[in-house]
Amino acid sequence: MKRKAMKSFLMIVLTTLAIALTGCSGDKEGGNSSQITIGIPQDLEDSLDPHKAVAAGTKEVLFNLFEGLVKPTSDGSLIPAVASAYEESEGGKIYTFTLRDGVKFHDGSLVTAEDVKFSIDKCADTNNGGPLVAAFSNIESVEIKDASTIVITLKEADTEFLAYMTTAIIPASNENPDTNPIGTGPYKFVSRSPQENFIIEKFDEYWGEPANIENVTFKICSNADSIVMDLEGGSIDMFARVTASQAAELSDQFEVLEGTMNLVQALYLNNAVEPFDDPKVRQALCYAVNPQEIMDIISDGKGTELGSSMFPTFGKYYMEELNDTYNQDFDKAKELLAEAGYPDGFTFTITVPSNYQPHIDTAQVLVEQFKNIGVTAEIQLIEWDSWLSDVYQNREYESTVVGVDASSLTGAALLQRFTSTAGNNFINYNNADYDAAFAKALASTDDAEKTKYYKECETILSTDAANVYIQDLPEFVALNKKYTGYEFYPLYVQDIAKLKLAE
Amino acid sequence: MRYAGKKMITMFLTLFAVTLFVFLAFHVISGDPATSMLGTQATPERVEALREEMGLNDPVLVQYGRWALNFLKGDMGTSYSYRMPVSEMIAGKIPVTLTMTIMAFLLMVVISVPLGIYTARHAGGVVDRVIYMINQVIMAFPPFFAGILITLIFGRIFKLFTPGGYISYEKSITGFIGYLFFPSLAIALPKAAMAVKLLRSSVISESKLDYVRTAYSRGNRTGDVLYKHVLKNALIPVITFLGMALADMIAGSIIIEQVFSIPGLGRILLTSISNRDYPVVMAVIVCIAVLVLVVNMIVDIIYGLVDPRISVE
Amino acid sequence: MSDKAKNNMIRTKRVKVQSVNRSKKKNYNLIVGGSITGVILLMILIGVFYTPYDPNAMDASAKFAGISMKHLMGCDNFGRDVFSRVLEGSRTTLIVAAGTVFIGTFFGVIIGALTGYYGGVVDEVLMRINDAIFAFPSILLALVFISIFGSGKYHVIIALGIAFIPSFARIVRSEFIKCKNMDYVKSAKLQGAGDFRIMFVHILPNTLTVLLSAIMIGFNNAVLAEAGMSFLGIGVQPPDASLGRMLSEAQSYLFRAPSYALFPGVIIILMVLGFSLLGDGLKDE
Repeated sequence: MKRKAMKSFLMIVLTTLAIALTGCSGDKEGGNSSQITIGIPQDLEDSLDPHKAVAAGTKEVLFNLFEGLVKPTSDGSLIPAVASAYEESEGGKIYTFTLRDGVKFHDGSLVTAEDVKFSIDKCADTNNGGPLVAAFSNIESVEIKDASTIVITLKEADTEFLAYMTTAIIPASNENPDTNPIGTGPYKFVSRSPQENFIIEKFDEYWGEPANIENVTFKICSNADSIVMDLEGGSIDMFARVTASQAAELSDQFEVLEGTMNLVQALYLNNAVEPFDDPKVRQALCYAVNPQEIMDIISDGKGTELGSSMFPTFGKYYMEELNDTYNQDFDKAKELLAEAGYPDGFTFTITVPSNYQPHIDTAQVLVEQFKNIGVTAEIQLIEWDSWLSDVYQNREYESTVVGVDASSLTGAALLQRFTSTAGNNFINYNNADYDAAFAKALASTDDAEKTKYYKECETILSTDAANVYIQDLPEFVALNKKYTGYEFYPLYVQDIAKLKLAE
Repeated sequence: MRYAGKKMITMFLTLFAVTLFVFLAFHVISGDPATSMLGTQATPERVEALREEMGLNDPVLVQYGRWALNFLKGDMGTSYSYRMPVSEMIAGKIPVTLTMTIMAFLLMVVISVPLGIYTARHAGGVVDRVIYMINQVIMAFPPFFAGILITLIFGRIFKLFTPGGYISYEKSITGFIGYLFFPSLAIALPKAAMAVKLLRSSVISESKLDYVRTAYSRGNRTGDVLYKHVLKNALIPVITFLGMALADMIAGSIIIEQVFSIPGLGRILLTSISNRDYPVVMAVIVCIAVLVLVVNMIVDIIYGLVDPRISVE
Repeated sequence: MSDKAKNNMIRTKRVKVQSVNRSKKKNYNLIVGGSITGVILLMILIGVFYTPYDPNAMDASAKFAGISMKHLMGCDNFGRDVFSRVLEGSRTTLIVAAGTVFIGTFFGVIIGALTGYYGGVVDEVLMRINDAIFAFPSILLALVFISIFGSGKYHVIIALGIAFIPSFARIVRSEFIKCKNMDYVKSAKLQGAGDFRIMFVHILPNTLTVLLSAIMIGFNNAVLAEAGMSFLGIGVQPPDASLGRMLSEAQSYLFRAPSYALFPGVIIILMVLGFSLLGDGLKDE
């Protein structure tokens, strides 16, 4: 009896093993329709409603599903999308958009002027404590002039307003925008499985140039350390933002494209707490730091040194000369510390979000560099969500290493946060000259004048040492040579529609 | 019956304590779901409005009560971050973790029982010494490191599976089991090593006992029956161990899921903790706790069956 | 069939003889385990007073430097000397493991003694709490802890320590239940010894052999748990070195700098191996 039971048990086990081992020989799918699997480090743990999504990782994927009246191109300019034309009048106070004929949503319905008004009104709605798009508080009215014309009137003239019209247009009829994204983009949503994948496919009725690859799977690769193996093993074909070390380990089966992340990585200092309320202390820290050494250590020397809150992609606003405001000089730093009343240095904490290795690595190098001027820094790692509430919201911290990016292609996107009254001024920066210069830049309707004032703002941030500026991090995209066509954007997006199979 | 009833009640109380503790703990730690949902766009006004809407401004115990009531009614709530029903979210993940744990358990038994008995019979021999050393080394491996080495050796060098190429069970059952084989092995090996060691020493010490010696001195050489007795008694501590190991595996799979990029309960748990996604955290914890408690209960019952000296009453 | 079975029995019998002989001859487990542990402890001790380099000093030019006379174990991704960091990291790991086991044993013994000795309601309540913690994945407990108190070496010790209490409590409890009705306890009672005296002076020393092997196993589990926590990013924080942290950092560079992963990995394995051999050896004595 028992022996029989044992035997059948063994049989079950052996069968399982047999199935398991045969299963190992791989279930590779045939390549009849073009497809690509793209690894992403984090799942889209977010609303799929493009207006409510907040994580950068969600937005870069949703970029393929949604479009605004206008959309950004890879060179940083704006082109008409859902609108076929637009007109700016009264010095940037009134914007008139003409809708493109025959643009369809993924559910097959045509985009109407009502949908456009619904989308903009939704983002300007102040009933939930504030508008979804902060700049929309400037909107006076959104009017439907006729079936294909929308007129937006602003309270104050703003020549940069067009950049915010990349806000996604969604159908008013969609009842579950949080989980069922419907837009007008070149790809449409198929399915998602939490922590596993997010699948999209080509939208055949797209108004513009169609996407090249039919099926796209975003696969969540939570183990950052196995990305090289995943790429080499073939379970993913592309991974944006591999590290310099990972790039160095990849075989020649892959092409590694190099760009920049378009963010300002700095040691952000809480200007309201001692000793960082003293500009001399902040300057001393700047003199202690050598961005080039940081880049050499964490990314094999790649990266772009920054001297203020602006990165090179912005072109006309970027001031390379600010990189030399402070060059590593320990004596000068110690002198400044002594003047500020800290001849023996001091101790402070660097709070770093634990989900992003380059920032953690940078903080470790900073700790070593500060040792040279007698300043002791301690690293405290916290989860991203704790960072959001403690550092960003409540501003209970001394210093933090993060990268701040631009949410739109405007100078204000990077510089507004340092005005003393800005809600997102998490460093508590307070400088009357800066506020004045920024107000002038914003009010200005002349491009050259605007640029001049923005540059003044950057210079103040640099000389006043608002933060210890470090770099714009390098971005490495690993792409299997089966595919080509990857394009970098000045914003945090992945444009999959441009990818195509290599010949 | 009374036994089962008592067990059920303790299990229920345990679950109550565990969930209440988790709930309270999450209200102490920094970071709140409203801030998390708004990200860097959060302004104090918007956070406040959202907190109100989500009911996060109520007293903690009221929130717990609300959650517990809904849970008992079978409504696990909606994920804050995914905005989808929690039940839908984890229903697809339970089979993954469960399959992996069961496979690991079977592997452990298949590896350890024959080896344990063999080494006990041939104790002191060369094979015994070699297996003993191998066992010790396996037990000394940090689990994630073992996982990485397995990926490296079987995935990268021998190409027996595609690293990171997890296949959903909805797509292909064989592919699914095939991919889970090596992660299961990574979970099973250290436990198997311990089980071999335990079984070996258990069999040896059992065969030193008086009744075995007496049987010998009486000239009882039809040892088959006797050996069965030895084995049966020797298995008692091993069963306890296997039960504990199984419970351990459920929890331990968190790390292995991370190493092999498997979307199971562990992955969901880790990310929902860092997203402050309480409804999901609570549901997963209840799932894991129930699994562990059920396993413990089964072990208790088997224990009673194997060893009549231990009364289940 | 019976022949084969006979064979088995004879073999089993021979085992007994052999094992008796062996313990009289040489206790290899004790020798090997003792020497491995000894060497590692010596290394850690030296590391307290001297390391070839500052364990945290970085050098961009020495990034991923290979094994050489200058850098015995090569350099890591910051150009830090791996040998110096291994010395420091082993110390951290040892402290974490020892602290964890101390907390687990201390509270485990108290809880186990009380529940085992008194039984009844105290037993029921404490054992249910014990079960509750037991049903709670220890990694999760650690995660919650770290989230509340912040990260760092001491919080890891506390978190793991608490997670380790239940298993110690169970072991001690069952030993106390076994011992409390023994003659020596009864006679101590007759002599008028108080409960606490009986528990901790009379019974506790008799559970020492069992407790010692539990401590050895606990120590090893703590070393491995520390590594696991580092892998999940909730262990010892940078720039502090611990073996687990180094190993999990090194896995990104397995091909570029295999020595970076190799040495911390080997030391962890040796540390655990040494201790478990030592534990086995002590049992055989």
